[in-house]
Amino acid sequence: MAKLYTPAMAAIDKKKARLKGKVQKSSPGREAWKRLRRNKLAIAGLVILIILVLIAVFAPFIAPEGIDNQVLTRRLQPPSSEHIMGTDEFGRDIFSRIIYGTQISFPVGLICTVIAFALGGVLASIAAFKGGRVDNVIMRFMDIFQSIPPLLFAIAIAASLGNGIVNLVLAISLSTMPARSRVIRAAILTVKSNDYIESARAIGASSTRQLLKYMLPNAMGPILTAFTFSVATAILTVSSMSYIGLGITPPTPEWGSMLSSSKALLRTAPYTLYFPGLMIMITVLALNLFGDGLRDALDPRLK
Amino acid sequence: MLRYIVKRLLWMIPVVIGVLCIVFVLSVVTPGDPVTTLVGADASAEAKEAMREKLGLNDPVYVRFANYVIKIVTKGDLGNSYTSNQPVKTEILDRFPVTLKLTIASVIVALLLSVPLGIISAVKRYSWIDNLSMALSLIGVSIPQFWFALLTLLLFAVNLRWLPASGISSVKGWVLPVLMIGVGNMGNFARTTRASMLEVIQQDYIRTARAKGQKEATVIIKHGLRNALIPIVANVGNVVGISLGGAVIAENIFSVAGVGKYMLDAINSRDWPAVQGGIILLAIAFSIIMLIMDLLYAAIDPRLKSEFRARGRKKAGRKLQVA
Repeated sequence: MAKLYTPAMAAIDKKKARLKGKVQKSSPGREAWKRLRRNKLAIAGLVILIILVLIAVFAPFIAPEGIDNQVLTRRLQPPSSEHIMGTDEFGRDIFSRIIYGTQISFPVGLICTVIAFALGGVLASIAAFKGGRVDNVIMRFMDIFQSIPPLLFAIAIAASLGNGIVNLVLAISLSTMPARSRVIRAAILTVKSNDYIESARAIGASSTRQLLKYMLPNAMGPILTAFTFSVATAILTVSSMSYIGLGITPPTPEWGSMLSSSKALLRTAPYTLYFPGLMIMITVLALNLFGDGLRDALDPRLK
Repeated sequence: MLRYIVKRLLWMIPVVIGVLCIVFVLSVVTPGDPVTTLVGADASAEAKEAMREKLGLNDPVYVRFANYVIKIVTKGDLGNSYTSNQPVKTEILDRFPVTLKLTIASVIVALLLSVPLGIISAVKRYSWIDNLSMALSLIGVSIPQFWFALLTLLLFAVNLRWLPASGISSVKGWVLPVLMIGVGNMGNFARTTRASMLEVIQQDYIRTARAKGQKEATVIIKHGLRNALIPIVANVGNVVGISLGGAVIAENIFSVAGVGKYMLDAINSRDWPAVQGGIILLAIAFSIIMLIMDLLYAAIDPRLKSEFRARGRKKAGRKLQVA
């Protein structure tokens, strides 16, 4: 049978040929990026984060000294042209330690959040997808975990496991996991009742495929926003825990642990206090700015 | 409504058992032998074994857990502190009021300082005062609490000598700890108030109120704020939890004899009963606060109330049909 080729089809083909290469592709992600790009504060946050990552990567070339270069003859020197942030109580160059600190705080906060979202995400997906009794049991367990305030929970875990980066990561990811799973569950539930999920089920998509291919990508907006803010919170928690001596221990130049001796030095060497805290604040601020922008860009209501 | 309250109260039971379970698991995975801590590393094997028997450490794990739960639930016995040999319960209950007061004071102060700021920001959107207060709020949510505490200590206690550096024996002593615990919440509250106020102001009922010729202040406070505060009130319970965590750090920086300081001291001296007792007590206190908050919220939010009323009526209707 000869193929039908009507004038209308010919017209469509002509139009296609004319627009070839000129049509701008559009997707929700692209639209969101367009909106995000217009948000100056969010871009500022992103730029700061990129700079921090670059500092972390090139730290050995930027820092004049190593992280634990103790020279006791130059203890507690105020900032000078030689040591622009001064030296600490062991005569270590604070600037070098600050630079190397970019390799600790941000990545550790990121890892904690990734683990919390991965664990919470699996549980939340099962809960939201199965619904009913499974959902009820999983979420009630989360309720119990959430009945211990997160920082307290993290302190409890870190105290019983002992110090160290691995234990700290475990403590923070476990203690924040319930709250994160709640966000993911809510996001999946909002897309679950959409028609395209129904149609995916109708054409026989397996439950894993429905979840991974249709539900999660469409629920990604609020999850991404929550992720950004969670990294910010995790960095604050990492530094608080290290400050009270339950996290990353010296000589690792974690910014919070660099401050742990500064209370005793308030009267004699207050300059040891300024820079580590400032770095934590800048990192968290950048994440919050970016998160705000992301939320506005991904939330279709605020166009 | 009564059904909700009863359900919510009964829910406390599994929560408490869950908390005990978590704390117990943590104590099992803790490396190090409590016996060595108690009798000393160079004690004889017999003395160690006797202590082991006395603590019940030779029983299987599930027996230990059962004993542990029964002891706490029936007698409220959290064990004795390794360092002071006093009952942990009394030691913690002595210190608890201070922690609770610090936490609640900081939440209240944060609310009082930041909600008005959020309202002004929303009403005068994009004005200089909006920009300033949003910049401050952003810093508030981004600044590490303990660093804020150290900076304020340096400024007000060391340099200006206006406020004491430690202790809360005088009213002045409360200022810095309360601000430190509340700094993040203030930023958070101001931002949330502004966002939800902006959303509310665009609603039709605000336009209606204005069209009726209401005074602008009445429109904002009575029609706007009451609706805008719902997301904040709904979240106050969680904020109390975060503040309890903040209080632990504040007590250590400002040397306040509360549960937080007690716990961190106990962690440093490996006094596990004290650590566990602190966590259990704070978790239970937090659950009770959440319970009160949920009940208050249910009482305030007309939507939740009507939902329960509607459900009750539906059930009554069904019963009638059956009859």
